[in-house]
Amino acid sequence: MADLHTLRRKTVNLVMLTITGFCTLFAAGTLVFILSYLFVHGASSLTWDFFTKLPTPVGEAGGGMANAIVGSAKLLLLASLVGVPIGFLGGVYLAEYGGTTFSFVVRYVTDLLNGVPSIVIGIFAYTIIVLSQKHFSTLAGGLGLGVMMIPIAVRSTEEFLRAVPNSLREGAMALGASKSRAVLSVVIPAAKNGIMTGVMLNLARVAGETAPLLFTSFGNRYWSPGWEQPTSALPVMIFTYAISPYEDWHKQAWSAGFVLLTLVLTVNIIARAVLARTKHVAR
Amino acid sequence: MHASTQQPYPELNIPAAGVDAPSMNAAKPLSNKACKLSVADLNFYYGTFQALSHISMGIFENQVTACIGPSGCGKSTFLRTLNRMNETVRNSRVEGQILLDDVNILEQEVAYVRRRVGMVFQRSNPFPKSIFDNVAYGPRINGTVSNRSGLREKVEQSLRRAALWDEVKDKLNQSAYGLSGGQQQRLCIARALAVDPEVLLLDEPCSALDPIATAKIEDLIFQLKSSCTIVIVTHNMQQAARVADYTGFFLLGRLIEFDSTTVIFKNPAKQETEDYVTGRFG
Repeated sequence: MADLHTLRRKTVNLVMLTITGFCTLFAAGTLVFILSYLFVHGASSLTWDFFTKLPTPVGEAGGGMANAIVGSAKLLLLASLVGVPIGFLGGVYLAEYGGTTFSFVVRYVTDLLNGVPSIVIGIFAYTIIVLSQKHFSTLAGGLGLGVMMIPIAVRSTEEFLRAVPNSLREGAMALGASKSRAVLSVVIPAAKNGIMTGVMLNLARVAGETAPLLFTSFGNRYWSPGWEQPTSALPVMIFTYAISPYEDWHKQAWSAGFVLLTLVLTVNIIARAVLARTKHVAR
Repeated sequence: MHASTQQPYPELNIPAAGVDAPSMNAAKPLSNKACKLSVADLNFYYGTFQALSHISMGIFENQVTACIGPSGCGKSTFLRTLNRMNETVRNSRVEGQILLDDVNILEQEVAYVRRRVGMVFQRSNPFPKSIFDNVAYGPRINGTVSNRSGLREKVEQSLRRAALWDEVKDKLNQSAYGLSGGQQQRLCIARALAVDPEVLLLDEPCSALDPIATAKIEDLIFQLKSSCTIVIVTHNMQQAARVADYTGFFLLGRLIEFDSTTVIFKNPAKQETEDYVTGRFG
């Protein structure tokens, strides 16, 4: 009997270990697969022209996505102008001044906003700006991405401020600083690296968003001067080029995907490295 | 409140159970020195929990007063009431009066109180800034020093008073986190001194330090008392005996006995005090 028990136990152990191990491998392998696939297809057709030239008309070889790169940068700038101040100040409020009930509600609503599908946020920006102005614009796209940034900016700011030990607040206040002075001059500087990292990761996340841009910034095959006209953006270009029937567009879509992923990964890695170094200093 | 609060009569009584008001008996004057702080019938509540009951005592100018007692006896709460740090705790409430040179600090602007009554905490809490900026923080936010050279002077003077200048004078622009634990605590003392407090509250300042660093802080306390009135909370009875001129023994939120340190340790009036200082309980 005892032997049978042992055998059963060992078999179950082996089976479970195999299943969990396989699933882990699958999870990690997906990223490796995507990365290598993008690298093979994207890097091979990546040329200098990609960064410097406008898209060419259908059937004409060459061309690049310079306008999409600049467009994405402009959209991200606008998004930061919307998302970072609102998110940052909201996070400061929650961490330093919030009571119990109101904070709970704000936090809950913020988490819900984070769960709203990005296409719905796109519709929101469409309704507010595009419909009233009667044209697509960089402004509308930036607003959409900015709204997407708010919940994460709020929560990451709050978390990093909460990680600052209370003894620092007390130390400042014991020297005659008011609460707001203590927050401004000691707490926020102590959490600065963390908050900046949160902003970077947040930007990297919305840089790849396509849905909120489809009917707000729309797309453009030329340069988009100012903020009032439709603009091209990398994720939207990938979408447009990938579903097209042309072989050389597919290649460019791969290149765009590769560039976008490289940017996002680089920002991620730098941000996490900064954060890891900060933890050694702050207590 | 009580007229007797301006006299240097520390309240020695604890009321018997069921008696609310302390019976202010006319005890012999402990000292002919002036009272820097006079506490009268002080009650403190965290929500419905009463952490301090009817505390009355006088803290003498340019003397070191120690508060001893077992954990949870209210000695830290008492200390933190003296510069109103306890007010940051939600649902806390304070009753009574604390006179600092005849002004009730409970009725003053809180920043003003904290400039006059400085505090050093149990765990050193330097700001994540340079050594210089740590010490300069107080003068900067309070606007007490007008120009750069004045600020440099103030920082040097404060670091000298905290006996730290020689160790850090070449690295004022480095992070305060590079200092050792004992140096960090002396930096915090320097930071508190930079706003020229009249009273300095020390909340178990050595509990996280090794014996050598502790000895340095104790030396410092001796030097500082000529310019400051010092109140120190300590778990370490030997430390109280070494540094303090006066000692108060707290138990369960009450001040059981307050007298000169010699009396408290050699010839206490109350049985509870004797049990505690001889190590029979607590």
